[in-house]
Amino acid sequence: MSAAATNDDFVQPTSFAFSEANLAEAKKHIAKYPKGRQASAVMPLLWLAQYQEGWVSRVAMDVIAEMLEMAPIRVYEVATFYTMYNLKPVGKHLVQICRTTPCWLRGSDGLTEMCKKKLGVDLHGTSADGKFTIMEVECLGACVNAPMVQINDDFYEDLTPETLAKVLDELAAGRQPKIGPQVDRLNSAPEGGMTTLKDVAKGAGQ
Amino acid sequence: MALQDKDRIFLNLYGQDDWKLAGARRRGIWDNTKDILAKGRDAIVNEIKASDLRGRGGAGFPTGLKWSFMPKASDGRPAYLVVNADESEPGTCKDREIMRFDPHTLVEGCLVAGFAMGCTAAYIYIRGEFPLECKNLQTAIDEAYAAGLIGKNACGSGYDYDVFLHRGAGAYICGEETALIESLEGKKGQPRLKPPFPAACGLYGCPSTVNNVETIAVTPTIMRRGAAWFGALGRPKNTGTKLFCISGHVNKPCNVEEEMGIPLKELIERHAGGVRGGWDNLLAIIPGGASVPLLPKSICDEVLMDFDSLRAVTSGLGTAAVIVMDKSTDLIEAIARLSHFYMHESCGQCTPCREGTGWMYRIMQRFVRGDGKSAEIDMLQDITKQVEGHTICALGDAAAWPIQGLIRHFRPVIEERMSQYALRRAAE
Amino acid sequence: MPKMTIDGIEIEVPAGINVLQACELAGKEIPRFCYHERLSVAGNCRMCLVEQEKAPKPIASCAMPVAEGMVIKTDTPLVRKARNGVMEFLLINHPLDCPICDQGGECDLQDQAMAYGRGFSRYAEEKRAVTDKEFGPLVKTVMTRCIQCTRCIRFATEIAGTETLGGVSRGEHLEITTYVEKTLDSELSGNLIDVCPVGALTSKPYAFTARPWELVKTDSIDVADATGTNIRLDTRGREVLRVLPRLNEDVNEEWMADKGRFNVDGLMRQRLDRPYVRVDGKLKPATWTEALDAIAAKLKGLDGKKIAAIAGDLCDAESMFALKEVMTSLGSGNLDCRQDGAAVDPKVRASYLFNTTIAGIEKADAILLIGTNPRWEAPIVNARIRKRYLKGGLKVAAIGPKYDLTYPVDVLGAGADTLGQFANGSHAFAQVLKDAKAPMLIVGMGALARPDGAAILAQAKAVADACGLIKEGWNGFNVLQTAAGRVAGLELGFVPKQGGRDIAGILDGTRKGEIEFVYLLGADEIDPSHFGKAFVVYQGHHGDRGAHRADVVLPGAAYTEKDGTYMNLEGRAQLAMLAIFPPGEAKEDWAILRALSEKLGKPLGYDTLDQLRTKLYQANKRFQRLNAVEPAFWEDFGHMGSMGAGSTDAKPFASPIANYYMTDPISRASATMAECTEAFVSPKKKTGTHG
Repeated sequence: MSAAATNDDFVQPTSFAFSEANLAEAKKHIAKYPKGRQASAVMPLLWLAQYQEGWVSRVAMDVIAEMLEMAPIRVYEVATFYTMYNLKPVGKHLVQICRTTPCWLRGSDGLTEMCKKKLGVDLHGTSADGKFTIMEVECLGACVNAPMVQINDDFYEDLTPETLAKVLDELAAGRQPKIGPQVDRLNSAPEGGMTTLKDVAKGAGQ
Repeated sequence: MALQDKDRIFLNLYGQDDWKLAGARRRGIWDNTKDILAKGRDAIVNEIKASDLRGRGGAGFPTGLKWSFMPKASDGRPAYLVVNADESEPGTCKDREIMRFDPHTLVEGCLVAGFAMGCTAAYIYIRGEFPLECKNLQTAIDEAYAAGLIGKNACGSGYDYDVFLHRGAGAYICGEETALIESLEGKKGQPRLKPPFPAACGLYGCPSTVNNVETIAVTPTIMRRGAAWFGALGRPKNTGTKLFCISGHVNKPCNVEEEMGIPLKELIERHAGGVRGGWDNLLAIIPGGASVPLLPKSICDEVLMDFDSLRAVTSGLGTAAVIVMDKSTDLIEAIARLSHFYMHESCGQCTPCREGTGWMYRIMQRFVRGDGKSAEIDMLQDITKQVEGHTICALGDAAAWPIQGLIRHFRPVIEERMSQYALRRAAE
Repeated sequence: MPKMTIDGIEIEVPAGINVLQACELAGKEIPRFCYHERLSVAGNCRMCLVEQEKAPKPIASCAMPVAEGMVIKTDTPLVRKARNGVMEFLLINHPLDCPICDQGGECDLQDQAMAYGRGFSRYAEEKRAVTDKEFGPLVKTVMTRCIQCTRCIRFATEIAGTETLGGVSRGEHLEITTYVEKTLDSELSGNLIDVCPVGALTSKPYAFTARPWELVKTDSIDVADATGTNIRLDTRGREVLRVLPRLNEDVNEEWMADKGRFNVDGLMRQRLDRPYVRVDGKLKPATWTEALDAIAAKLKGLDGKKIAAIAGDLCDAESMFALKEVMTSLGSGNLDCRQDGAAVDPKVRASYLFNTTIAGIEKADAILLIGTNPRWEAPIVNARIRKRYLKGGLKVAAIGPKYDLTYPVDVLGAGADTLGQFANGSHAFAQVLKDAKAPMLIVGMGALARPDGAAILAQAKAVADACGLIKEGWNGFNVLQTAAGRVAGLELGFVPKQGGRDIAGILDGTRKGEIEFVYLLGADEIDPSHFGKAFVVYQGHHGDRGAHRADVVLPGAAYTEKDGTYMNLEGRAQLAMLAIFPPGEAKEDWAILRALSEKLGKPLGYDTLDQLRTKLYQANKRFQRLNAVEPAFWEDFGHMGSMGAGSTDAKPFASPIANYYMTDPISRASATMAECTEAFVSPKKKTGTHG
């Protein structure tokens, strides 16, 4: 996390290079912004680095700074400001448990407790097998499907400690669990059936 | 009389239909967009003004008026539409549905709104935590380019218009329009000092307007169906339909599009299966996302869900995110969690917010235990007043208001907790 | 000129200023931490909030432009409440370590807490602690004291042009840092200490040394380069403890360079505090009488042609004037103040001055740098060029090595060959200069202080003429002098008289035995092997190169220890005042020369410094017109000597400064400057990537 970003208890790599595919992707991002405004691409490029390596190393920031003709400190500022950039290595599955009031009201504390116990780690810790890192985060924006967690890019919603445990088991076993609500429900529609748009079923239109 | 499906704008709210271009076209999106543009800039702005559409991002500023602040003629600088898709207000998850299940409403809205303001391009700033939404929206943008709906000669209108997607990376503050612009420029998301306002000097120093996703997404439908249709829904100056997010202690939490001004109680009972344990088990509701003060049940019984009705009870419609709390709720903890949120999301730029949000949270944390004196409640109230109105952006206010709401309506609960704590300590 | 009302006072203010400035014009002081008039507006501390009529909330006066009809109130319950609140927030996480904080007594936070703080704290939670940062040998950090005003970030980014400081993380974790272990690589880093309103950034060498109220403050002039930075010497007893810049908009604004600020420990080391006379090949302590007798004995009967004098880089005008008169009395015309042999023309002021003036840089729109590294030779001048660059529309090109000057520079070539293409107008940048409204060239000692310097000066003049650098009201020809005493020496004629020898001639003479007596007035930059068998007198303050070779050493006063006049590279006369007395038996330099003249039986015609100055002023009125710059006439120059300027050499230009931190006897004696060399210069030499 940002506050501890400079307290390194891990080794920073000495080199970084974008893969060919990511380099092409990076160029596409840079092209989105007007000429001379290439610094706008710093966030997309940090994302690309993170997707490539699992986290953003200091040397990756330096490489990005050079690509975008920015002073490295300006990249460090950005990388430490936004909480989603992992400035140290994380497990294969980054489990982010939403802790804000709407999720808390529906039992997010139970999810955190379960994860800590099941994986044997504290918040921000990585399980011994390197598969899971858990952390609590602020509102992830799926409040009508609370409580929920984000694991890497996927939302798992309407959870109980039991259903989240199953999701973790599936992931540990290398299988892809069902993404989205873990109860019988169509996305953010009320459980048990829609109260609106019943006539605008699939393919109906206006 | 409840809103009819025929008057709903977001017909694929739950993803029951195809979200891609083919499905969107079936639902009437991209119908005659060229004709809308043919009416001209002024006609579109006037129509939106006439509809009394107010911004759906929280502040409720009249959209048509905001659009009219943009320069009528370019001084050589390009102008930009910036879409605020950084949906991060706790309790709120409506723009998410638009972006993952009805992204073409937004892409079409970008063209209509951008054209009306003389913009050359739209930048959609989506929050980092929405990778799926990002993917769907990018797909929709790509489809629209491929179909000639945007890009060169958009919709055959002769107008060139680009739409770009920019992904954030975890910062609530980027929902503040100038912080969003800073972030889009590749900097930390720290709000700018105003003046200058974005319409004069925004993205890249160019005239810019920042609008919420829902605001932009409803404009093509308003143009197709007319300001009169939109204005007839809801109440004067509080018109149209609105996406509501109902979370917390209800039987069936959900998102729903309803008419502005629907009674809060009706909204919850009709769509969310009622309060857990029945309406009488209700303790309090935060009616418009984390930033607005909570309402005790007595007010919830009657209040209507629109900007002016909620302002009249010293709260606000905000993002129309209804967070319901039943009588089992530890209200102090519920608000303390929000204080933690604001501390975590403060950008750190200005003194009252950087220092005040942490202080307020730490006091709230003590109050959760009951560790405090009654006089400290007054002190906390005083601290919220020292933050409110003294910061660069509205995050300071947003951090102050939930606590003020708690003290206003539930001070005895805090005091009761304190006396219990004092008794326990005395017994030890 | 908008009219506004401030606390009931109707006032007309210049358009474009902010409300805070308007309030000051109305005589209302507005408290502030983040606002600094030379930095961009941050508006983050919120201390300057005022009430604006019809505004729903108090406004940050530093960030609000003035407008017609504005009604501002600076002292209302609303304003007081807002400021008290901000002050409380600033203090809750600020440590209670004022008793051990070097900022104590000159701390904005301390001062303003007296006006806006409570007498007690309502904060019952734990205070924040922030890890200190390592910024190198000059700037000490105690980051827990930081109030995140970001002045330091803005100074480093905007003024210094070294974008290494930033604010990482966010919210209450926001920290000022370089993030990676990196020292602050700037010759202006000491100014960070001045702009920091609290004790977060303080002077490392000065740590725990003194309290401001113990210090005696004396106005002086920085002699570490030729900029003429206005400074203040803070002394206690017989020691200069620190140096701070004084405001002079025309010269240094309110900044100063690190060398002059931090070399003062060198004033206490390797000092000459008594006379010495060489006996049997070894310097032996002597009395003043013995030393002066030894000189008189050597000079007795010696033909003036066999006598020479060289003035060094740190000399004050008065002592050079006195020495010049002594030389005249001895019948010698062999004198020079250009120990590096710089080929400027002493007869034509325009040939050796920075004619555009430092402030004039702000009007320039194209600059050609010739054989100079202004960042090291005159950091304050360089900062002015950067200031101009930031306003936009400035083109800078250079002939010489590539340096990081904190603004983009187009390096056109290495040496005189490229310069030649300007004189004949064939180079593309020549057209840029011609098209510019206010073009400048700046020629440095790297181009002039070499055997073909005269030819290069001639070329530079030709460029100035060919490219339209001289026009009505504008002189774009500039020489970047590096020695604080040089311009005064040229102005008062410390140069060869008709038929006399210049520096090259003098050294040629000593090598060949034609010169038998050399008087070095603080001249330390000459290789002593050139002196051959000559009898050398060294008058100066440090046991540096000159003293080591001398046959007689006369202990003089450093610039802090005498009243002296210095003329900066623009030709601006400025006074430095005595702050402390010279150590031991050392004396003020003019007085030494007065005593010597007595001993020689040719007493100078003055017994006091005032009398000396009267004569000096009679000889050259410009020394009397303090802080004024008299424009030089654009006269013919550039073909000195019987053979004309000669031809240029293809050898690339190189800056005369190899190490910014050690260029004179004071900085060479300074332990702090040695540390800086280790921290900033040595690493670059190892990797071979300066700049």
